[in-house]
Amino acid sequence: MSPINKNAKQVLAPVASNKRVGIYHQIIVNIGDLAQKCKPGNFVAIQVGGDNSALVLRRAFAISRVSTSSATGGTMELIVAPHGQGSTWLCNRVEGDLIDIVVPLGTAFGVPTEPVPVLLVGGGYGSAPLFGLAEVLNARGSRVDMILGASTSSNIYAPMEGKRAVNTMRIYTEDGSAGQTGRVTDHLYEQIRDLNIAVVYSCGPMSMLSAITTITKALDVVHQCSVEESMACGIGICMTCVLPVEGEDGSISMLRSCIDGPVMDGSLVSWNQVGKTL
Amino acid sequence: MTAIDFSTTIGHAWFPAPTFTASGCASSGRELAQFFPLREMGGVVTKSVMSRMRPGRPTPRMAETPSGMLNSIGLQGPGIDAFLAQDISYLVEQKARVIVSIAGETVEEYSTLARKLRSVSGISAVEVNISCPNVENRGLVFACDPDASRRVIDGVRRTLGGELPIIAKLSPDVTDLVSIARGVVDAGADGLALINTVLGMVINVNTMRPHLGGKTGGLSGPAIRPIAVRAVYQVHAALPKIPILGMGGIANGKDAFEMILAGASGVSIGTASFGNPTAIMSIQSELKQLLIDRGFKSLKDAVGYAHREEGVTRE
Repeated sequence: MSPINKNAKQVLAPVASNKRVGIYHQIIVNIGDLAQKCKPGNFVAIQVGGDNSALVLRRAFAISRVSTSSATGGTMELIVAPHGQGSTWLCNRVEGDLIDIVVPLGTAFGVPTEPVPVLLVGGGYGSAPLFGLAEVLNARGSRVDMILGASTSSNIYAPMEGKRAVNTMRIYTEDGSAGQTGRVTDHLYEQIRDLNIAVVYSCGPMSMLSAITTITKALDVVHQCSVEESMACGIGICMTCVLPVEGEDGSISMLRSCIDGPVMDGSLVSWNQVGKTL
Repeated sequence: MTAIDFSTTIGHAWFPAPTFTASGCASSGRELAQFFPLREMGGVVTKSVMSRMRPGRPTPRMAETPSGMLNSIGLQGPGIDAFLAQDISYLVEQKARVIVSIAGETVEEYSTLARKLRSVSGISAVEVNISCPNVENRGLVFACDPDASRRVIDGVRRTLGGELPIIAKLSPDVTDLVSIARGVVDAGADGLALINTVLGMVINVNTMRPHLGGKTGGLSGPAIRPIAVRAVYQVHAALPKIPILGMGGIANGKDAFEMILAGASGVSIGTASFGNPTAIMSIQSELKQLLIDRGFKSLKDAVGYAHREEGVTRE
């Protein structure tokens, strides 16, 4: 047993269902008892392309929700956009297909000990893992508000059943095709202040996470964000997915978003040094 | 299963199996230990460690390519003192056999690193990485210069005084690999690690700039396997008594067997572990079965078997 990813297992898991939801695919995978080990924010690394594929690297996907009570045992839900070769391959899996997965991986969203008001902010399909988180927070008695944004309405992921755990949901699109025209950060300062928010949870593009951090820092509110950096392995051995993060002594070091993330304290990420030489 | 001697030796270091991690592809060891006991493979080759903490290169550090990937890590690491304090003891506790990989910017830095390893217990051998492609100055890739390669190995040999076998890790990005290999062996290398990644580049057609933060990166994975097999074959032909750790795109037992036939006494696995954390375990069992199926009584009998004369067949 290793001190790192101590609940992770590599298994061949059957796809239980694969449904199109707008431009995304909702893929449910039977993972049995491993579902009990998955927490909101954790991710799964999946082998793609099948035998003899030229795709040699695993793909990391956020787990949007898990169910421990389905008829076939535990399941996990993934929301996947068929953007590249790997995600397209995954979106073409059908019920009964076996996929090679390593799960659960990475850090999880921290849940407050008291039922404080929280705000969940998602960009694009980055909203997917926030719905599983919303259910957990709602069950703990927190008031959960949500803000979703995307370039255009079709990129918004907001399933009907996901809204049950959410008090209010605001939508922003850059082209104005749904909700308000603009970005999730446009009125974020006022929203955090007026709703007396104690914790902001976010998932989406790095530029969004960085912009949210500026606002949460000004208001001295906790910001837990799930970062996106391209990974080759997902299990901490390749050192490609690093981000500059401030340590306890104030020094900046390159931490792996697969091991020390994907959920990180936004206030400690040195956003202006991402992509720069330390 | 038929009994077979699956062990291998590099200098005076003995390993029960010929399967190793490739340097820079197993982090601290703790990450893979979640998936299989580290003692079950031949040995762990650590990340190449330098004298001081090094943050490495900016992101993006990775680009997937057909049957391979480019990486541009730039030897990120904690520095030798933190490495010895935190990582070696863990590997020794796991009963893993350890080859420590070292990298320096000067001939003296390599000797200093070697001196720090002399008194550390639990180390089987030292890999001297003189071929990392992800450094700012290509002139600092010692393995591209026969004279610089010799001086690094000579310095490490004098420091170690024969206490630990020395494995020189070489680059395929040279005109005459055999002469570089011969030079480092003359200078005291007990074994060779072939090959490091191949220098490459991907240009992002959206941004229309090099994709990697460090612009160039090292190509690894099955895409480079034929280059690695050729390198091992050529060097083994010239230096048949020198043990070689063969690496470059090995993804299954057949790939490992090919490398052994070319002249490798052991194989290292890197990129395959990124795609499959238990790759080393399956490669190890597949290789063992292949050797048995082909009638070999020991791994050593298969090393360099592709070099046998015309008309020679197994009895």
